[in-house]
Amino acid sequence: MSLLGVRGLGIDFGGITAVNALDFDVQPGEIVSIIGPNGAGKTTLFNMISGIYKPDRGTVTLDGDDVTSLEPHKLAERGLSRTFQNLQSFEQMTALENVMVGCHMSERSPVWVDLLRLPSSSRRNRETQERAMTLLKRVHLEKAAHMEASSLSYGALKRIDIARALACNPRILLLDEPAAGCNAVETEEIDALIAEIAQEGVAILLVEHDMKLVMKISNHVIALNYGEKLAEGTPAEISRDPKVVEAYLGSHGGKEAADALG
Amino acid sequence: MLTRIPPRVRALLILSILILIAPMLFPSSFYYRIGTLIFINSIAVIGLVILIGYAGQISLGHAGFSGIGAYACALAPTHLGLPPFLSLILGAVISGLLAWFVGRPILRLKGHYLAVATLGLGMLISMVLNNEAQFTGGPDGMMVASLGLTKGLEGLFDVNLKTSVVWYWFAGVMVLLGAWIALNLYNSPTGRVLRSVHDSEIAAKTVGADVARYKLVAFVISAVYASIAGSMLALFNRFITPDIASFLHSVELVTMTVLGGAGSVLGGIAGATLLTALPQALTVFHEYEHVMLGLIMMLVMIFMRDGLLPTLRKTLTRRAIA
Amino acid sequence: MSEFLQFVFSGLTVGAVYALVALGFTIIYNASSVVNFAQGEFVMLGGMATVFIFDAGVPIWGAAALAILLTATIGILLNKLAIEPARGASVVNLIIITIGASIFLRGLAQIVFDKQIHRFPAFSGDTPFNIAGATLLPQSIWVLFGAAAVFIGLYAFFTRTLMGKAVLATANNRLAARLVGINTNFIMALSFALSAAVGATAGVLVTPITLTSYDIGVMLALKGFAAAMLGGMGNPFGALVGGLLIGLIEATTAGYLSSDYKDAAAFIVILLTLFVMPQGLFGQKSMERV
Ligand SMILES: Nc1ncnc2c1ncn2[C@@H]1O[C@H](COP(=O)(O)OP(=O)(O)O)[C@@H](O)[C@H]1O
Ligand SMILES: [Mg+2]
Repeated sequence: MSLLGVRGLGIDFGGITAVNALDFDVQPGEIVSIIGPNGAGKTTLFNMISGIYKPDRGTVTLDGDDVTSLEPHKLAERGLSRTFQNLQSFEQMTALENVMVGCHMSERSPVWVDLLRLPSSSRRNRETQERAMTLLKRVHLEKAAHMEASSLSYGALKRIDIARALACNPRILLLDEPAAGCNAVETEEIDALIAEIAQEGVAILLVEHDMKLVMKISNHVIALNYGEKLAEGTPAEISRDPKVVEAYLGSHGGKEAADALG
Repeated sequence: MLTRIPPRVRALLILSILILIAPMLFPSSFYYRIGTLIFINSIAVIGLVILIGYAGQISLGHAGFSGIGAYACALAPTHLGLPPFLSLILGAVISGLLAWFVGRPILRLKGHYLAVATLGLGMLISMVLNNEAQFTGGPDGMMVASLGLTKGLEGLFDVNLKTSVVWYWFAGVMVLLGAWIALNLYNSPTGRVLRSVHDSEIAAKTVGADVARYKLVAFVISAVYASIAGSMLALFNRFITPDIASFLHSVELVTMTVLGGAGSVLGGIAGATLLTALPQALTVFHEYEHVMLGLIMMLVMIFMRDGLLPTLRKTLTRRAIA
Repeated sequence: MSEFLQFVFSGLTVGAVYALVALGFTIIYNASSVVNFAQGEFVMLGGMATVFIFDAGVPIWGAAALAILLTATIGILLNKLAIEPARGASVVNLIIITIGASIFLRGLAQIVFDKQIHRFPAFSGDTPFNIAGATLLPQSIWVLFGAAAVFIGLYAFFTRTLMGKAVLATANNRLAARLVGINTNFIMALSFALSAAVGATAGVLVTPITLTSYDIGVMLALKGFAAAMLGGMGNPFGALVGGLLIGLIEATTAGYLSSDYKDAAAFIVILLTLFVMPQGLFGQKSMERV
């Protein structure tokens, strides 16, 4: 049984079909990449899988259970976690606190315990702080721990986003353009991190424009165009697929990208 | 040295010191009365700091909960035979329950819609208080029983006390208690979720937080604060009119909250102090009270978007660095 | 039956006023996404200014025109001094700014004018028409036709004139509008002026019936907002239907249930609309983008 199963998924916005009739599976520990030009529906797909948009058609399953349109926090409890293409940082909180919020599911306690700051509340605080610090170290941001997120660079925020998602202890992680807007060094760090996370057995659904990376680490690639699946297969198959080269890489700047596809 | 102390404790220390030394500067015992009013408003404002400042949810109807608290203290002693203090608790329970029932649908709304829905809720409460004159005395208001603080203390210690002085210390302790709870919340698992909802509701959901529930928690807590403040005002003044539940009062409370800096308890109290003391200082310009209030609201929100205290702190740290 | 007709007449009359307030909301909301809580003050200013200019000896038409002009100027000032400098502020900040403006204008009216209740004579006398047992004031007809004229006039302005289309373009996409050379600052000022003028017109039309005083603005703003939301925020046609519906609901509540709680009707409508269909009758459903 697949970890994540998508069947016939589709959604419309005011008469425009953003995603249609999508089928695919993600097995435990697998890296599956979604590629496609801007506006192809990749982010919309993520939003449907993670419960932010309610799909008009089709189903999403986790471990075979139908989880279509389940609230995002219910999905997080089932081990599905994600990052955002357009940052959704907690801007007025420190980097450390951002990741601490990610630990919510393991630290949640009755409200009155927190209001009165009973010893158990303080203890949870300490434990969460340690865990969050470890995660920050993993993304090389321990130095920024006590800086407010709004004062951090875009690249740093992207990594905090990943650390926050990891704090949920996901079994499957949805990464929406994790390296977009990052400089070369940051991109490399993020690449390495993704590979590492996958190594630990977390399944990854990845949207990424860096084709070198996609081709290198994916078990499986799905190409989208106009919300529909154009092709699916191993990186090698996809990079040879003429429809993909035509649609995704398009005419302009196609050569450079075609080189990247190998 | 001060920086070693955790911010939470530091805030409480500063607050305690201010409450303790303020009376030394009072030229007359009339100022104990103003101090008490400041504390009572501060209590409602601390609740709104949790709702608006922490969780980022606006309410233009919290005066309604103050009204419930106030009229609980006005009505329960005569109609139910409850002692005033238990009436205060009853008011808080009713406010909390009402907030809990209406909060779930209302808090699905955002921004302007939430503002208008809470406003409508406050208006409905205020309308009931105005119209049910056989119970509430209508717009003319009604008398309220005494909490009996002064009498009780005089009986215990065989001394002569001024009511306004006793109330000053009682309300001061209540503010400290309210601030302590709000500050506890700030750096706790629950408080963190509330603050994350302020910045991105969606991200908070995706890390597993039941955002609807947490918003409701903040709404209920703030309603209880507002209710207790209303009860205290009724018991202090021994008289109450439906104005306490009016839209204008809701707006005043929100303005106090954001004026000083909605994110911080001390900022909220600073805002409450300013807006409570200012009209008292300007009684000669009574005519201009609304003009002033409106101007302050606009100027602060345009030029100091984060409120007084945070803006001040930023300017100071920038100076310190430069 | 004649009783019901009576409620319909009075409901439509106040409903037309709510529709104009809602239309004022809509104009500003579309141009700037700001919900202007000071909208009701425009109605108050229109009525109060007319009263005082009229009392100073100016004929009623001149007084009304001057009052509308004055209110439009105040609308422009409000935009220039309070809304424009606050661009990019959070929704909470903007709410407080416009409520501040509302309280400020009310306080100002209390000083410049007074705290009394005022009226000026109806345009065509006070002899009511008798229609199927119900009475209809000539001024009510003025209100209804005046509101209709405003709606038709604005419709023509927005769809037939270049400037009107520029406003719509700005509402649609501010940046794109600027790129094609539209002066969006001017459009914003224009929207506030129009919105204020519409509000003031409502005040001029209805004051002979409902009377006016410095503090009528908040209630009107709320009901106008309720109307705008019921119709679907941002939709002028929705504002019209929403306003008339709120007026009718209110009049029938006052007639059949309790006049003490007629104001409650509007709020209950707001709350129910928000819970059941937040997009309103004619609004579009939208999903927040992430
Ligand atoms: N909330 C929304 N409302 C309306 N249209 C939307 C919404 N979200 C996405 N879309 C539309 O869906 C299409 C796919 O967008 P998106 O999923 O962001 O593409 P990608 O991530 O592949 O670049 C686009 O045409 C976009 O405009
Ligand atoms: Mg995308």
